[in-house]
Amino acid sequence: MRTLLRSAAALVAAGLTLAPAAASADPTPTPSPGAATVTKAGTSFLTATAITAGQPVRVGASTGDHLYWAFPAEAGQIHQLTATVTFPKGRSGASTWTVDVFDGLRRRQACTAGAQTPTVDAAATSVTLGCTLRRVRPWAEPWSADPLPGTYYVRLSVVDLPEPDLGLPIDVDLLVGADGEGGASGDDGELAAPLVPNSRAGTVLTTEPTAEPVAEEETSLTVWLPEPGSRWVWTTVGGVLAAVAGVVGFALTRRPRRP
Amino acid sequence: MINKRRSTAVLLGLLAATALIGPPPAAADDETTEPPAEPPKVELVLDVSGSMRARDIDGRSRISVAQQAFNEVVDALPDETQLGIRVLGATYRGKDKKKGCQDTQQIVPVGPVDRAGAKAAVATLRPTGFTPVGLALRSAAQDLGTGATARRIVLITDGEDTCAPPDPCEVARELAAQGTRLVVDTLGLAPDEKVRRQLLCIAGATGGTYTAAQSVDELSGRIKQLVDRARDTYTATPTVVGGAAECPNAPLLAPGVYTDREAFSEHRWYRVPVREGQELRASVSVGLDRPVNPDYGVLLRATDPDGRELVRGVDAGSGRTDVISAGLRWSAAEDAATPTPEPGGTRPARTVCLVVSNAFAPRPGTEATPGMPVELTVDVVAASPAPDGPDLGRGWTLLLLLTLAGLLTGLVAGLLTRWWVATWREN
Repeated sequence: MRTLLRSAAALVAAGLTLAPAAASADPTPTPSPGAATVTKAGTSFLTATAITAGQPVRVGASTGDHLYWAFPAEAGQIHQLTATVTFPKGRSGASTWTVDVFDGLRRRQACTAGAQTPTVDAAATSVTLGCTLRRVRPWAEPWSADPLPGTYYVRLSVVDLPEPDLGLPIDVDLLVGADGEGGASGDDGELAAPLVPNSRAGTVLTTEPTAEPVAEEETSLTVWLPEPGSRWVWTTVGGVLAAVAGVVGFALTRRPRRP
Repeated sequence: MINKRRSTAVLLGLLAATALIGPPPAAADDETTEPPAEPPKVELVLDVSGSMRARDIDGRSRISVAQQAFNEVVDALPDETQLGIRVLGATYRGKDKKKGCQDTQQIVPVGPVDRAGAKAAVATLRPTGFTPVGLALRSAAQDLGTGATARRIVLITDGEDTCAPPDPCEVARELAAQGTRLVVDTLGLAPDEKVRRQLLCIAGATGGTYTAAQSVDELSGRIKQLVDRARDTYTATPTVVGGAAECPNAPLLAPGVYTDREAFSEHRWYRVPVREGQELRASVSVGLDRPVNPDYGVLLRATDPDGRELVRGVDAGSGRTDVISAGLRWSAAEDAATPTPEPGGTRPARTVCLVVSNAFAPRPGTEATPGMPVELTVDVVAASPAPDGPDLGRGWTLLLLLTLAGLLTGLVAGLLTRWWVATWREN
């Protein structure tokens, strides 16, 4: 009896400690150990340099360049990015820097926290930018602008500066961090294809497309099984636990057996 | 007891498994595009006009700095990259402007690089004549030829064009508008204000970059970076398409990337076939390749052929930027009155019209033609139907609640049973 009570208490305690641990978020990303530093940057959406979360970027550039990187995102993740621009040479006036994030459809993404558009005066030797993105959802209506799994673009540029400062050298450090291992979020549904842009050159069709035969859908047993982590699984486990707890509760009210 | 303990262990294991196994990660798109047959092509265009004699970079003459940088670049050149070198103002010593302004030669043809030959050719250069930048750019574009991939010109100069017309910025715009993808990166050696303006204009018109170089390291480091970039990005070239003024005769687009030109306040239409159960994804970027007023916007709409709007993507901005982009997703609503399925189980394609419009305001004196560069991405993928979630729950709180409810029920049932047994026994 005592053993049972103890294990039940342990179960409750485990549940309570696990829940807040999953929700806490580290505000500053740290590079993942062993990740190779990227020393390149693209100059447009099509030529964006691919990076992954936790992979540090260090690249030299010129003031006025628009630098692009692309990273993949999964449902349930929250991304934080930090960028530092260092100025090895003196500048003639204040400048405003910005880091913009776009999804795979080049739609602008909101930052929930972070200095997205800081302004620094001429004497500053560096500027730090930051952006925390919204949690990536597994599914959203086509008409909505919610963040979805797929490619995300980061663009770093200077939006306002005295013209003589254009072309001066800068050093850029960038790091994208991801929180949440993906998967179990409060949302249902799944995107059939992630928002990964089709970057191949297109072909202009010359003939109207004709009706195509409907493909026979294959049905297998696995279609009927619930996915791991789905509501069906959680609720069934809950039901089992409730039944066991009910038996335990019933047993607790019995008179202790005399030896 | 032993049995009970085992069942607890099993339950705990089950719980842990549920927590650890999430839904599978989104499938990564790992299809590799086949490598194009063409190698990356770059041409360096070097100004060897009289002003390159000036000794103002670390106490050395500009031309010697450029020569040293070129040697370093040629040494570090990736094997597959084809490099050409063109000079301007290198041979004509006279005063006749007409002759001096025709003075541009290709000293290393675009092709697999003979490192020793290229270095020898650069070493003999002596600062001489005029600065026909416009003509040199036009010739460099011809040297690189046309093809399916992007080409890069790296222009290194210290003085403004002394030979306009043709104005170098006009030439850059004209080259960019020809449809062959050409990027001009510019490097100013100890530039003054006029040079900077001109080089910024050339870079902006072709989607290139501008750098002010004030030392050998800066110059060679930047040229190496640009040559590497040419190798990394030259395959990303969209198909040229011409959008129509209205939907019915608009070009029909398959999934892929396209490029077009759109003038101020112009509307460009395209059509995309979308089948039942498919989702249309489109995004558009309009490039700001010329000076415009600081506030601007872009609108991408998907409409039915009869003009009814289906969905729109919009973005607006303010200040200095390179492109402004918008995107949209659309799939036919599932419960919409679907046409009766055709005999034989076919699904017909439905045409969706896409229209791109912009809200840019030209500054006084800004050229209106050719239009601004438009990049259109079209994709058609399987639709993602709305989830019909069962009325079930998920999460640790739910498990805790259900367990407590079960425990309470058990306790109450047990107490009731005891009370009932006791009462029944007494009577």
